[in-house]
Amino acid sequence: MVPCNWYMWLSAIVFCIGMFGFITRRNIIIMLLSIEIMFNGVNISLVALSHYLEDLAGQVLVFFIIAVAAAEAAIGLALVILLFRNKETITVDDLNELKG
Amino acid sequence: MAMFGLPQWLWAIGVIVVKIAIVLGAVMGHVAYATYFERKVIGRMQNRLGPMIVGPFGILQPIADGIKSFFKEDIIPTNADKPIFFMAPILGLMAALASLAVIPFFDGFVVANINIGLLYLFAMSSLAVYGIILGGWASNSKYSFLGCLRASAQVISYEVPLGLSLVGVMLMAGSLNITEIVNAQSRYPGGMYITAQWLGFFVFVLSAIAETNRAPFDLPEAEQELIAGFFTEYSGMRFALFFMAEYTGMITMSSLAVLCFLGGWTLPPFVLKMMPFLGVVPGVVWFAMKLYVCMFFYYWIRATLPRYRYDQLMAIGWKVLIPLSLVNIVITSVIKMFLHHGGTP
Amino acid sequence: MINQVFFFYFSAVIVATSVMAITRRSVMHGVLYMLLLFFHIAGLYLFLNAEFISAVQIIVYAGAIMVLFLFVIMLLNLRDDIKKRQFIATWPMGLLVSSGILMIILMAMLTIKTGTQGQWGIAQIERLTHTVAIGTVMYTQYLFPFEVASLVLLVAIIGAMVLAKKRIK
Repeated sequence: MVPCNWYMWLSAIVFCIGMFGFITRRNIIIMLLSIEIMFNGVNISLVALSHYLEDLAGQVLVFFIIAVAAAEAAIGLALVILLFRNKETITVDDLNELKG
Repeated sequence: MAMFGLPQWLWAIGVIVVKIAIVLGAVMGHVAYATYFERKVIGRMQNRLGPMIVGPFGILQPIADGIKSFFKEDIIPTNADKPIFFMAPILGLMAALASLAVIPFFDGFVVANINIGLLYLFAMSSLAVYGIILGGWASNSKYSFLGCLRASAQVISYEVPLGLSLVGVMLMAGSLNITEIVNAQSRYPGGMYITAQWLGFFVFVLSAIAETNRAPFDLPEAEQELIAGFFTEYSGMRFALFFMAEYTGMITMSSLAVLCFLGGWTLPPFVLKMMPFLGVVPGVVWFAMKLYVCMFFYYWIRATLPRYRYDQLMAIGWKVLIPLSLVNIVITSVIKMFLHHGGTP
Repeated sequence: MINQVFFFYFSAVIVATSVMAITRRSVMHGVLYMLLLFFHIAGLYLFLNAEFISAVQIIVYAGAIMVLFLFVIMLLNLRDDIKKRQFIATWPMGLLVSSGILMIILMAMLTIKTGTQGQWGIAQIERLTHTVAIGTVMYTQYLFPFEVASLVLLVAIIGAMVLAKKRIK
């Protein structure tokens, strides 16, 4: 039997890997991928808790998170396309017009 | 239960391996002869004879084709992304073959009898697009690139009506397990869900054709304009793998149509009542006959209809098929509510 | 025993593929590692008796979201973006911050107190099948959030279309 804590640790590690990717990469598409990794880290802990607490609320929440992730990906990628059309780049460092 | 001195878990694994071998062997044989069948059918429809040289009536043609593609030179474009280029056809074939795991060919003969059989099939059919996208992208050629852009847009658009058209069936059967769906159909007075779900069946057929990239929706391949589209740069065995994936996908979609709409391995109850002697015929025969009819339908419309334009294809998917399948879901659930609860939700 | 072996296999692959996915130079390779990651997370869900969630994970993440990513990557054709620097100059700082937060979360987990046990034990779920169980909960207790989620998706569809549409001059 696998203890519930192991799943929680795994979920925390995956979440932090995603966060590291999000704050250090310059490529917007990889940053969006990192957000998906963070979502998945949270989902692991929700499903694990739902299983160990014998309550389906966690899994319903995962379902909603997946729906929101899909919405986020669609909007985010539409913004990436818009950005590329106007600036010819998807590197965040090149977007420095507001630099004082 | 220990048979032949083996522990039970080993015995269970052995049974599954044997089942997998049987399914793979049968499907691969059918894939090989599906190409022969297609060329013969289309030849006859166009007033030709089709393959006639190798063996009597060209019956050994698929074997000759296989040997030829096996020994052909494997050409890799210079600017290709090599790992992805190698992986793409294998990924495509893997997804196509993995979906066979949940298809029951007759009563009780299924590799994995899981409760989410239909969802598993959707998952695998949505993975089939990866072979196409990655193959087209990794080739680094304009034709392949156009082909795979078209394919990815087409497959993600048509997956939606494909899934929605089966929701009616799920509602009627009350299960996602495919064996359970077939059993529910044999209890249903009509015998086949096509009688009640004709709208769903119509949507399903069109989206299955688009999902497997067959004519008249074969824009990702489009021999005349894109020179075979996403697999322009592939040759030899890798080309054959793509080909096998496509035909396996056709067989999977046809069996899904047979299982979900045409009653699977069972006959309608009223037919069995009229002709009880038909009950001795094993179920796999009925399954195979229905499957061949569906495959013939694929070839028939390929030989008959011209290819659609790309904007027409997208318009059919989003403006006709998705609304129709939603209407079907609403009608089915309202009728089910009246039959089961007398109108009170 | 065999449970723990499976758990270690899945978690090792999940961690390795997520590290690979965020460090690859080519976006395409990153997306492929993500694909592998989603499969292993779906395997983990199966392991936790959540078969419906695992199927949804593959259908939505692998079948729709990742295809969307691939589609955008191909549309932008980013072959010369690979040569640029991939990380910000102060990436060790990012590593420090994220590992610090990891430490905080792990420490918080030491004192975690779970709530009361619910009524959906494994026996109950197996009797009804997982799909029926989750459907029952979703359409009774969580009907309103479900409708809100559908509204979010609708907004996303319309928003994506409006944003990415080419302005006709």
